[in-house]
Amino acid sequence: MEPIIIEGTPKTPTVKFDASEGVFEIKGRSIPENSVEFYKPLVDWLDRYKESPLEKTVVDIRLEYFNTSSSKCILDIFKRLENIHKAKNEVQINWYYEEDDEDMLEAGEDYESIIRVPFKMIEIA
Amino acid sequence: MVIFVPLKGYFLNRSLMGFNVDTYIKQHVKDGVILDVRGNIDSDVINKILDTIEDRMISSDELPKLRKKVYNVLVESLQNLYHHVDEVPEDFYDQEAERFGVVVIQKLERGYRIVTGNFVHVEHLPKLEERLQRINKSTFEEIKELYKFILNHQRISDKGGGGLGLVDIAKKTGRKLNYTFEKYNDEYCFFYMNIVIDDSEEGQKW
Repeated sequence: MEPIIIEGTPKTPTVKFDASEGVFEIKGRSIPENSVEFYKPLVDWLDRYKESPLEKTVVDIRLEYFNTSSSKCILDIFKRLENIHKAKNEVQINWYYEEDDEDMLEAGEDYESIIRVPFKMIEIA
Repeated sequence: MVIFVPLKGYFLNRSLMGFNVDTYIKQHVKDGVILDVRGNIDSDVINKILDTIEDRMISSDELPKLRKKVYNVLVESLQNLYHHVDEVPEDFYDQEAERFGVVVIQKLERGYRIVTGNFVHVEHLPKLEERLQRINKSTFEEIKELYKFILNHQRISDKGGGGLGLVDIAKKTGRKLNYTFEKYNDEYCFFYMNIVIDDSEEGQKW
């Protein structure tokens, strides 16, 4: 299936969802006023990907900032990944946070407590 | 130094029916104002404010931890204005401002103060007050749980906020929400929020 590759802007993240290369990444800033508009194509893409996913899907989330309206959309992405995981496929979410950024670590832990997918918290210096 | 971001609107320094933003600002923000914006809060204005404050914090060598907290809380405050502001009253001088808001930022000894203000129609007042009171009645631990609950159970509204903005501000600052409603006329109030972000231990002041 066609990959999604979106260049980041000061308010929206860089996105790479490429099943052929096994790369799933959201990084940068996610603070748009209308986050649903930005995230809907990603959620739709994952719905299609669910039909024939890779044996193992690893998703890297490296966000510097995200606003509360993005936080719900990110949860939607994770819920799609949870469905893939439920269908007996291996899924892992790598949640990156900068050293000392307790808010970002806590946000990752909040998701981890809601979503039944293995999370790995990775501190970056 | 005071940075005035150029806006279509102009400064609200005259009294209209006893209503005067300056009175509130002068009472609550003394020295160290680094940004003062009064006018239409659209996407471009939000970007300018965020860039101005981020540059300022980098050039002041603020610690990344404080810088991120301030930036995050500022994003939520500005987007609260953007999403929830009501139309201006009919007799208000700036009829061109679709989303009239006030944003004043002050440098404090150990952090920053963000003051925002916007019109709220009395019809929307009970719901807003209920949200504010619910947050302020909670313990800090309950706030963290409330955040997760809203995140997981409430749908995103058309306005995009989903009711998380205020909870997030309380959670990130570790302080109860400090707010005031000032009557404008029988139909409108002006809603001020006075947010302090500093590097004292989270939750200590809750």
